[in-house]
Amino acid sequence: MTEAIGGGSSAAAAPAGAPPTPEPVADERLANISLWVRLLRRPEVGSLLGALVICAFFWLNTDSFGTLSGIANWTDVASTLGIMAVAVALLMIGGEFDLSAGVMTGTTGLLLGLLTTEWGFSMWPAIVVTFAFAALVGFINGYMVIKTKLPSFIVTLATFFVFQGLNLGVTKAVTDTVRVAGLGDVPGYDSASKVFSNTFWSPHNFRLSVVWWIVIAAIATWVLARTRAGNWIFAVGGDANAARNVGVPVARVKIALFMTTAMAAALVGIMIALRLASVQAGQGVGEEFTYIIAAVVGGCLLTGGYGSAIGASLGALIVGMAFIGIQFSGWNTDWRFLFLGVILLLAVLVNNLVRHRAEGARR
Amino acid sequence: MTRLRAGLLALAMVLGLALFAAACGGDDDNDGGGSPASKDNVDLTQGKDVTIAVITHGSGDSFWAVAKKGAEDAGKQMGVTVKYSESANDPQKQAQLIDSAVTEKVDGIAVSAPNPDAIRDSLKKATAAGIPIVTLNSGAEDYQELGAITHVGQTESIAGEGAGQKLKEAGAKKLLCVIHEQSNIGLNQRCDGAKKGFGAVENVQVKGVDDIQTTLTEIQSKLQSDKSIDAVLTLNPDIAVAARDAVKGAGSNAKVATFDLSGDVVKAIQAGEIEFAVDQQQYLQGYLPVVFLTLYKTNANTVGGGQPVLTGPGYVTKDNADTVAKLAEEGTR
Repeated sequence: MTEAIGGGSSAAAAPAGAPPTPEPVADERLANISLWVRLLRRPEVGSLLGALVICAFFWLNTDSFGTLSGIANWTDVASTLGIMAVAVALLMIGGEFDLSAGVMTGTTGLLLGLLTTEWGFSMWPAIVVTFAFAALVGFINGYMVIKTKLPSFIVTLATFFVFQGLNLGVTKAVTDTVRVAGLGDVPGYDSASKVFSNTFWSPHNFRLSVVWWIVIAAIATWVLARTRAGNWIFAVGGDANAARNVGVPVARVKIALFMTTAMAAALVGIMIALRLASVQAGQGVGEEFTYIIAAVVGGCLLTGGYGSAIGASLGALIVGMAFIGIQFSGWNTDWRFLFLGVILLLAVLVNNLVRHRAEGARR
Repeated sequence: MTRLRAGLLALAMVLGLALFAAACGGDDDNDGGGSPASKDNVDLTQGKDVTIAVITHGSGDSFWAVAKKGAEDAGKQMGVTVKYSESANDPQKQAQLIDSAVTEKVDGIAVSAPNPDAIRDSLKKATAAGIPIVTLNSGAEDYQELGAITHVGQTESIAGEGAGQKLKEAGAKKLLCVIHEQSNIGLNQRCDGAKKGFGAVENVQVKGVDDIQTTLTEIQSKLQSDKSIDAVLTLNPDIAVAARDAVKGAGSNAKVATFDLSGDVVKAIQAGEIEFAVDQQQYLQGYLPVVFLTLYKTNANTVGGGQPVLTGPGYVTKDNADTVAKLAEEGTR
């Protein structure tokens, strides 16, 4: 009691008009989540763990995996997968699938080849036309999905078959063979290669596509985490109706995502066409599932609304490391797919397990 | 919190252990190049330590399984390590596999070149690193420009012409040529050659070796819709068996001939269901490049004199089918 009176008199002694400053009190409603748990809740954890284990495994078991040239080899494989995996991951977070993504890399490559070798375009105008074509195809895909309200799985499967047929039919009709060759002689080839497909760091020969991949993954991560468009993508994937009610332009977001996937396919198609100086009619068929797998390993839910571009990149990295790592180990390649399947299954399971445990320990 | 961390650590260790265990199990097939060969070949292989990379565009079907056996048998008999890998008709993957072989500094690279443009750059890197190259199976027109010592294989268009001529001599009037791999240039060359040797040829695209049932149905429908077809030429042993069944199913009298052998094809030839098989002896296409590259490395020998080494066309008909049958069963023909 004495202290209260003492406190009161000292308060009265303070300057007249100033109100007593309240002491900061810890709000017991706010949980104090440690950095460790916050990191573990990220969707990329499973793929990061998987990538580290595989990397360590092959590094210790082979001579060449850990050398710079070896790293150049597996990042080369991972880069073209990774660019597509990031784009497909964005689309999956938005709640849709694009099964035509793989064959589009072939279609765009063939278009580039035919424009330059058969119809007289030089390289850079042909590249612009190819990107425009891809944007158009992406727009059509997205528009059909929105208008028909059919599952995107079905609509893009139809597009996939259409392009698979067109790839072979048009190539054969125009060139009488099943591939388009001779891109190396087209004016503009050298300058285009310097931008899209050359190597750098001479004895080790890292591919430029690796740089493109890192930049695209960084941009995608920034868009998802820091921009309004990223919020919209998560919202549209989580619950399109609720998003529409809140004012998110669902149709525009989905169409934009489809266009992004198609244009990423155009980028990869151009890279491969320039690297090989030729395009085969069957290019890319079957790869669409690899992109989806990389995205799922990286934490994307098949139902949408959750995922990460970095995770998809790590998923693509796992596929690249496994492919080249098995090469370097000299294992019987008959078992290659078995190994890949086991790794991917483990990565997805770890992802699930860690996420449940981290979300469960909400303290 | 501690429970979660401990759980994670345990999981990571289990994953790691599982992978290490799997690897230790899988290493028996191809030990690293450092281990010396068995006591039997001590004289030949003392100090050899040679690794040859064989990179084909195959996809694990019965044709390439024989070529793989050839390469592995050559490795065992020469006492060298053979690393066989396939790119499943993906030219970019084949280029990447060649790049990784160059990284590993192998002593020789044997590649099939269905798409020479795609692997030209990677093979240039191999030559710059001093690694000798032998092409096999496809690329007969381009092997010199790719920097290869020689080419081991069969010229597709000439083999196609021969097959077409043989069917013409057997009395057929209209030929159906069955292409089972969408973008395989060699297959298209065979059919074009058959057109030269036969005359009235129609090409048909089928699903492929991954889905024999659908392929069978496709050939059968074609035969049922066009009764004038009296000869079917397939380009793969698995597809040949499907074609034979399709001919039976369509009730057609068409003669069936094929490229490439398998145990089932030889049995069908013995039974008279298939007229003949054009054999390019893919066992040799796996075997010989390994031998040539090893001799280049150990004895500076170059084989071929600047010319390709031909492994076909050989024809397996009812007359010689019995001898071949036993070998086909073992997977070496």
